[in-house]
Amino acid sequence: MIGVSRPHESAALHVTGRALYTDDVALRLPGLLHAHPVTSPHAHARVLGLDPRPAYDVPGVVRVLTAADVPGVNDAGVKHDEPLFPDEAMFHGHALAWVLGETLEAARLGAAAVRVDLEELPSVITLGEAIAAQSFQGARPSLERGDVAEGFAASSRVFEGEFEFAGQEHFYLETHASVAQIEDDGQVFVQCSTQHPTETQEIVAHVLGLASHQVTVQCLRMGGGFGGKEMQPHGFAAIAALGATLTGRPVRVRLTRQQDMTMSGKRHGFHATWKVGFDHDGRIQALDATLTSDGGWSLDLSEPVLSRALCHVDNAYWIPHLRVDGRIARTHKTSQTAFRGFGGPQGMLVIEDILGRCAPELGVAPEDLRRRNFYVEGQATPYGQPVRHADRLDRAWQAVLDTSDFAARRTAIAAHNAQNPHCKRGLAITPVKFGISFNFTSFNQAGALVHVYKDGSVLINHGGTEMGQGLHTKMLQVAATALGLPIEMVRLAPTRTDKVPNTSATAASSGTDLNGAAVKDACEQILERLVPVRKTLQEETSAAPAWPDLVRRAYLDRVQLWAAGFYRTEGLSWDASAMRGSPFKYFAYGVAAAEVEVDGFTGAYEVTRVDIVHDVGDSLSPLVDIGQIEGGFVQGVGWLTLEDLRWDTSEGPHRGRLATQTASTYKLPSLSEMPADLRVTLLDHATEDGAVYGSKAVGEPPLMLAFSVREALRDAVAAFGHGCPVDLASPATPEAVFWAIDAARSNGG
Amino acid sequence: MSTDDVVTVNGTPRSLAAARPESNALDWLRAIGLTGAKEGCAEGECGACSVLLARPGIEAETEWVALNSCLLPAASLAGQEVVTSEGLGTPADLHPVQSELAVRGGSQCGYCTPGFVCSMAAEFYRPGREDFDHHALSGNLCRCTGYRPIVEAAEALGAPDQADPLLRRTTSAAPAASPTRAEGWIRPAHLAEALEALAEPGAVAVAGSTDLGVEANLRGHRPALRVAIDRLDELRGLVVGEESVQIGAALTLSEVERLLAGRVPLLAEVFPQFASRLIRNGATIGGNLGTGSPIGDLAPALLALDASVVLVSAEGERTVVLADYFTGYRQSVRRSDELIALVRIPRPLAPDVAFHKIAKRRFDDISSVAVAHAIEVREGTVSRAAIGLGGVAATPIRASEAERLLVGASWSPEGVAAAADALADAGTPIDDHRASAAYRRAMLGQSLRRLVASS
Repeated sequence: MIGVSRPHESAALHVTGRALYTDDVALRLPGLLHAHPVTSPHAHARVLGLDPRPAYDVPGVVRVLTAADVPGVNDAGVKHDEPLFPDEAMFHGHALAWVLGETLEAARLGAAAVRVDLEELPSVITLGEAIAAQSFQGARPSLERGDVAEGFAASSRVFEGEFEFAGQEHFYLETHASVAQIEDDGQVFVQCSTQHPTETQEIVAHVLGLASHQVTVQCLRMGGGFGGKEMQPHGFAAIAALGATLTGRPVRVRLTRQQDMTMSGKRHGFHATWKVGFDHDGRIQALDATLTSDGGWSLDLSEPVLSRALCHVDNAYWIPHLRVDGRIARTHKTSQTAFRGFGGPQGMLVIEDILGRCAPELGVAPEDLRRRNFYVEGQATPYGQPVRHADRLDRAWQAVLDTSDFAARRTAIAAHNAQNPHCKRGLAITPVKFGISFNFTSFNQAGALVHVYKDGSVLINHGGTEMGQGLHTKMLQVAATALGLPIEMVRLAPTRTDKVPNTSATAASSGTDLNGAAVKDACEQILERLVPVRKTLQEETSAAPAWPDLVRRAYLDRVQLWAAGFYRTEGLSWDASAMRGSPFKYFAYGVAAAEVEVDGFTGAYEVTRVDIVHDVGDSLSPLVDIGQIEGGFVQGVGWLTLEDLRWDTSEGPHRGRLATQTASTYKLPSLSEMPADLRVTLLDHATEDGAVYGSKAVGEPPLMLAFSVREALRDAVAAFGHGCPVDLASPATPEAVFWAIDAARSNGG
Repeated sequence: MSTDDVVTVNGTPRSLAAARPESNALDWLRAIGLTGAKEGCAEGECGACSVLLARPGIEAETEWVALNSCLLPAASLAGQEVVTSEGLGTPADLHPVQSELAVRGGSQCGYCTPGFVCSMAAEFYRPGREDFDHHALSGNLCRCTGYRPIVEAAEALGAPDQADPLLRRTTSAAPAASPTRAEGWIRPAHLAEALEALAEPGAVAVAGSTDLGVEANLRGHRPALRVAIDRLDELRGLVVGEESVQIGAALTLSEVERLLAGRVPLLAEVFPQFASRLIRNGATIGGNLGTGSPIGDLAPALLALDASVVLVSAEGERTVVLADYFTGYRQSVRRSDELIALVRIPRPLAPDVAFHKIAKRRFDDISSVAVAHAIEVREGTVSRAAIGLGGVAATPIRASEAERLLVGASWSPEGVAAAADALADAGTPIDDHRASAAYRRAMLGQSLRRLVASS
């Protein structure tokens, strides 16, 4: 079963519209109430008064929820800086109260009727404003190795720069959704589109003033998560649970796209200042940088996101002397959060941008500059973790150079560009090295529950959630392989906190590593107990017993046919204050080469060909893994080229409002952005010792293969100019590319 | 059940009685337990709500048309036939489209999938289809896969089986648009009745509802009475004559595209760039002009074609040159009791045409700038020039100064330079989230140079 390409376990349900998501379940509940928020029209304002009475005049309004209704703690986060019902609006669109109605229309009209008295306060919207005002929050970590002064002294060329780049909206197709019901004896049952059911459970419990065992959270499946449902669902689930508690009826909170985009956190935008030194051979000697992330109004996951950014600023490169300082800006925007890569992409973008900009200054082709600085076996990251399997980086790089026919295409592109004044092609190859495991060591644990029924059928349950990444598909394959059964014998039950407790978020690409190992552990416990039964049966019948017979006999012999599996990742260490240790079980590697064609009149471009070699260890499920690689890559291309979050930064009446708050104004890649020619290969001979069946995590790392597209655009833009370095904004929209061409044409002519 | 509120969904009659006046088709389908179609954006941008409707066909009696159900008023379904992803197949008996998507990894989270299935099925059944037209999926967004397996599934599709019930359905007449009435809704029998209804206070005309539907979903717009005009025969003719091309206002953009079949080359350039197939299947040519959007892609092209609109009311008809039609942001000379009956494009058409759409994304994006050129070059000199612009002022406009400088100029980079500079100064572009004013001006300035370079 392992290593076999299988469609997604729910594929037949997906395509026939029968796969149920949280809100599909909600709509089937009788007596359902609908919730609508009352939101702040200012980026920052004090709530002087909130009068719910007019809402009750709206037909169909059942209840207005305010801070006074909270029986427990009025907070939706784990840092106690996210009041569920705030007395100070901290961003444009911040929910101040919620209205429950018999219909969504009634709730909407009721919300509009609630009278809110606000005193507008000064706001900080941009990173530049936050830095100028020294508006920061949370920890300010520093990652340091060697002595940067010494490194710069040993450098023959030193460059400095500044780079601010945008965040990204998750735009999971399914917006945030929760539905809560009160069951027998006050047990609160919440179904929620959440990547972290345990934390949703904990926050619902503390808002309601209940113990965890009084709250059950279930996640059937999500219509996409990408990190956006790791911390952000909790408050919405708490609203549903509070509403259900107060009314005794099921309550549904389902955000519209506009509400989701204006209320929920996104990928952090960053600002970076940097100074880098190279020796005569183009080897990096020193990097001194300050990274400031745009955290939004509360901390959320900004601290670990920043840690990961710092731990990935090296990407694939050996930097002997390094100092990187990190800060989290506090701005009056949504609270930025986890998003596929979790700060890693932002850290890596800084170094890839530096290399792309400096290569022409150094007179070295960017691909040569990159390869020359690769880690080699025996070297360690700036935080002290040995870079195991560094040779895979070089192997993948060479494989891409070979299969993409890189050198010949470089020549062909140069010839094309010489002939065409208005259309230039660009080519680039970039690497990815991404650390796998939660930085915070304690999160690297998982549980599973495997039941074998008397008829031999198997039901598995584990702590991970399914958001499209194929985790459940892989878990079925792991269980079938471990038990030696056809996959049809194994079924998977929805993720619930009353089945497997104390789970970690399905995040950090670790879902399969952690839960797979736990499922395997449970299966192996059962098999171990079956050994004597098998022996007895074999002796009695002098034949290998069939599975149903074996199970039946085990039951009759009173052998326990279910097991709880557990896994903890060994060998991890991390000192968050010193930023030292070996936080990662291993590194995932990948390399991509991309070619683009750019129109000089408009800056519009096409990605014409992409070649990828990616390291997933021994693939558990190649169809799933290739899907993750391609999907991650395209999502990364969206972040770097197309997706353009714009806030109103004016002093006007809508200051702080997200200007791109709908699908018509925020554009994610469509079919038209798909590379015309996309070739993905899995790195061979890549068994990962110590991970489940030799496989590797695949969720996040491929996103960063998209740097190849950004660098190819830079290469094409340069062809319009005269060999000067190219500054490219991020996202590199057609407009940004046009201005880069404009600058290239006028520089150094 | 009266015939007024019966919809055939997946072959089964269902009552619209539970639909609320503000309900769209998606809300209603989901409320009756058909939760396959999803709401991803509520403005016709993502296609997760795509369903199939049986509509009168062009190359067959009936064609299966994919539409965004989030934009359709539920009341508009009365008497119609709808097929959703649930009706196409079951897990045990998948439809060919469903099967190809499933086995090729075309679904990951699965949330967009039912919509892709319906859009793909509409193309699967398109009469005369040879290859799979990728534009059929231009209105569907997927955040997980990167699209490659979805495209491969589409390309792997063969022809429908002759016994396929949905194929067989295409050989008999589509459901008629019988007159219906519901709370806040009327589908009149004739144009005269429509005009009468429009005279009621708060009445608005609704055709494809691709604009009103967005207003309803995102901004809570609740007109007192919606008057459905999309199926009125009087508004659905298309005549290509010696003197002019006349296009009925209630023809959808997809229908116009197919009926014209390239006979108005400038429009043929616009259609594939106009929103998405899902939107073009609903949006009408009259509706596009009726909303008066300054960035609608059709208006710049029709301006460049010197088009006129014929307005009709109970008092009679009048013809207005399109250049005089728009009076301000989303405002026009059309009175609230008037309807656009048809669009008239004079012939002969200028031979050298181009439509330059500047946007962030190539499929299904709103233009930051749109430039439509209708030019004639004789022996190297411009003899005729009309340029329509969108996105650079409160209304679509003609670039009169650039046109004036262009006529008589030699068709070369140097020859058009003065006109190109004048074009860059046309309108009053603004900075917004789509583009900066500077970029919009630059794109205007590049447009003629680009056209010369490519000719």
